[in-house]
Amino acid sequence: MRRHKMLVAGALAGWCGWASAQAVDPLQLRSWAAACAACHGTAGVAQSGMESLAGANKDEMFKKLMDFKTGRKPATLMHQLSKGYSDEQLQALAGYFSALKK
Amino acid sequence: MQRRQFVHTLGAGSVLGAAGLVSGCATPGGSGGPHVVVVGGGYGGATAAKYVRLWSDQGIRVTLVEPSATFISCPISNLVLGGSKTMADITTPYDNLVKRHGVNLVRDRVTRIDPDKRTVRLAGGAELAWDRLILSPGVDFLWDTLPGMLKPGAQDQVLHSWKAGAQTVALRQQLEAMPDGGVYALSIPLAPYRCPPGPYERACQVASYFSKAKPKSKVLILDANDDVTSKGPLFKKAWAERYKDIIEYRPKHKVVDVDAAAHTLKFEFNDDVKASVLNVIPDMRAGDIAVRTGLATANQRWCEVDFLTHESKAAKNIHVLGDAIQVAPGMPKSGHMANQHGKTCAAAVVALLTGKQPNALPIYNNTCYSFVSEEDVVHVASVHRYDAAQKTMLPVPGSGGVSSAANELEGRYALAWARNIWADTLA
Repeated sequence: MRRHKMLVAGALAGWCGWASAQAVDPLQLRSWAAACAACHGTAGVAQSGMESLAGANKDEMFKKLMDFKTGRKPATLMHQLSKGYSDEQLQALAGYFSALKK
Repeated sequence: MQRRQFVHTLGAGSVLGAAGLVSGCATPGGSGGPHVVVVGGGYGGATAAKYVRLWSDQGIRVTLVEPSATFISCPISNLVLGGSKTMADITTPYDNLVKRHGVNLVRDRVTRIDPDKRTVRLAGGAELAWDRLILSPGVDFLWDTLPGMLKPGAQDQVLHSWKAGAQTVALRQQLEAMPDGGVYALSIPLAPYRCPPGPYERACQVASYFSKAKPKSKVLILDANDDVTSKGPLFKKAWAERYKDIIEYRPKHKVVDVDAAAHTLKFEFNDDVKASVLNVIPDMRAGDIAVRTGLATANQRWCEVDFLTHESKAAKNIHVLGDAIQVAPGMPKSGHMANQHGKTCAAAVVALLTGKQPNALPIYNNTCYSFVSEEDVVHVASVHRYDAAQKTMLPVPGSGGVSSAANELEGRYALAWARNIWADTLA
C-alpha cells in the first residue's frame, strides 16, 4: 500500500494543468476509488466477470468514463454511475487506477 | 501502570482464549499501536476490518467479533429459495481476513459495550479494550409488534428468512413440503427495512420455483406499503408477464398479528389471510446491541451518524455502519451500501487514529441487482455525495437509475457483482 501511495502521489504530481489547480487529496482519491472496488475489485483487481481497472491506460479509461457519461458508449449501469462524478473526478480516478499494479 | 495485554494471533481460526485478554487495567490499545474492535462480520463490519488493516499499513490492530463461523450473504439468498443456488454458493469463510490481513477473528457475541471505559464484554466472558469501536450489528426484529409471534414455537413455524442462514434453508424446506395448490404468503413491513427490493425479488424466486415444481400454487404478497418500494414498474412487469397466474400483489396490507398455529395473518384494515406457508418479514431496527448501548437515537430504531466518519451522534469513538444507521435521503439499507460505509469509516478511523483529518467529500455508490427469474435481472444504481451544507449524503442529481428491462446480461453481471463484493469484503 505504501508503494501505491507513492505511485499515486507521483501520478498526481505528474499532471500539469488541472491537477495543480485542483489538487485532489490522495487519500480522498483513494476512498473515491475504493467505492468502485465493490464491483471492480480491491485496488482495481477484479474477480471473474467484471473488468479490472488496475494498470489500465489512463487516457483510455478517462475517455471510456466520459463516453459512458455522455451516452456515447452503451452500458447497463455505468452510464448512470458515471453521471455521479465531475469530469475532473473521473480524470482523477482514471489516473489513480492507471497507477495501480495489474 | 500495566498495559492491557492483547493476544495477537495470526492464522486461520485464530481464537482468543477467555483468559488473559484483559489483565490489569486502564490504557486501551495495549502494545503495538492503536486497537480497533469491529462488532459484526457482515458486509459493513468485514469490509471495515479489512480496510483499516490495509489503509493503516497493518499499523492498527483490528479484532473482529462475529458469532457465525462463516459469512452467509443475504444478496443471492433468494436464489436458494428459488432453487437455482445452494447455501454453499452464498457462503464464504472468514479465513482471508485473518491470513491475508492479520485481522484477529473472535468467534463470539458482544453482550455489552462500555463507551466510557472503551471496552466490550463478550458472551464467553472476556473483555476487549478498544481505542475506537466499529459497530456493524445489522438489524433485529420488533417482535413485540406481532404478539402471536412471541408464543412458544411461533418463530420456528413462521419464518422471516431475512438473515441468510438456517432460516433460508428452513423456508426452502417449507416450500418444498408445501403441496401443489398451496399458497405462500409473504408480508412486507413499512419502509425503512433491510433491502427494499428483496421481498419482491423473493416473490419472483418462489414463483419461479412454483411454475416449475407446483404450478397450481400461489404467491400472495401482502405489502404494508402503499406501493412496491423499489423497482416497482420492473417488478410489476415481471409479475404480469412471467407469473400472471401465480403472483398476486396486495398493497396497504399491514400485518398486526400472526396466528402461527392457524397459519393466519391479521391486518390493520383488511380481512385475515390464511396460507399454507407464512413468511413474515417483521418491522426491524438497528441490532439489539446498538439499541441497548443507547445509539438508536432516531425513533429508538436507527443510529444517527456523522456521514464523514460514521461516528455515532450519541457516543464518541463509536462508529456505526450498514443497515443499523439512520440512512441519508435516497440511501437504501443494502449490503453494497454497507460495504461503502465500511470503507468510508475505515478511512476516517485510520485518519483519526493517526492524527489526520478525515476525508471531506465522500462519494460512493449503490448497485443492487434483483433476479426476476433464474437468469434475468433488473438493477437500481445510485451515486451518493456528501453535502457539507446539509451534513448528509445526497444522491447526485442526474445520476443513477434502473434497468430499462429485465435482461440476461445483467443476470451474469449480478453474479459477477456477488463474486467481486464478497472478495472486496472478505478476501
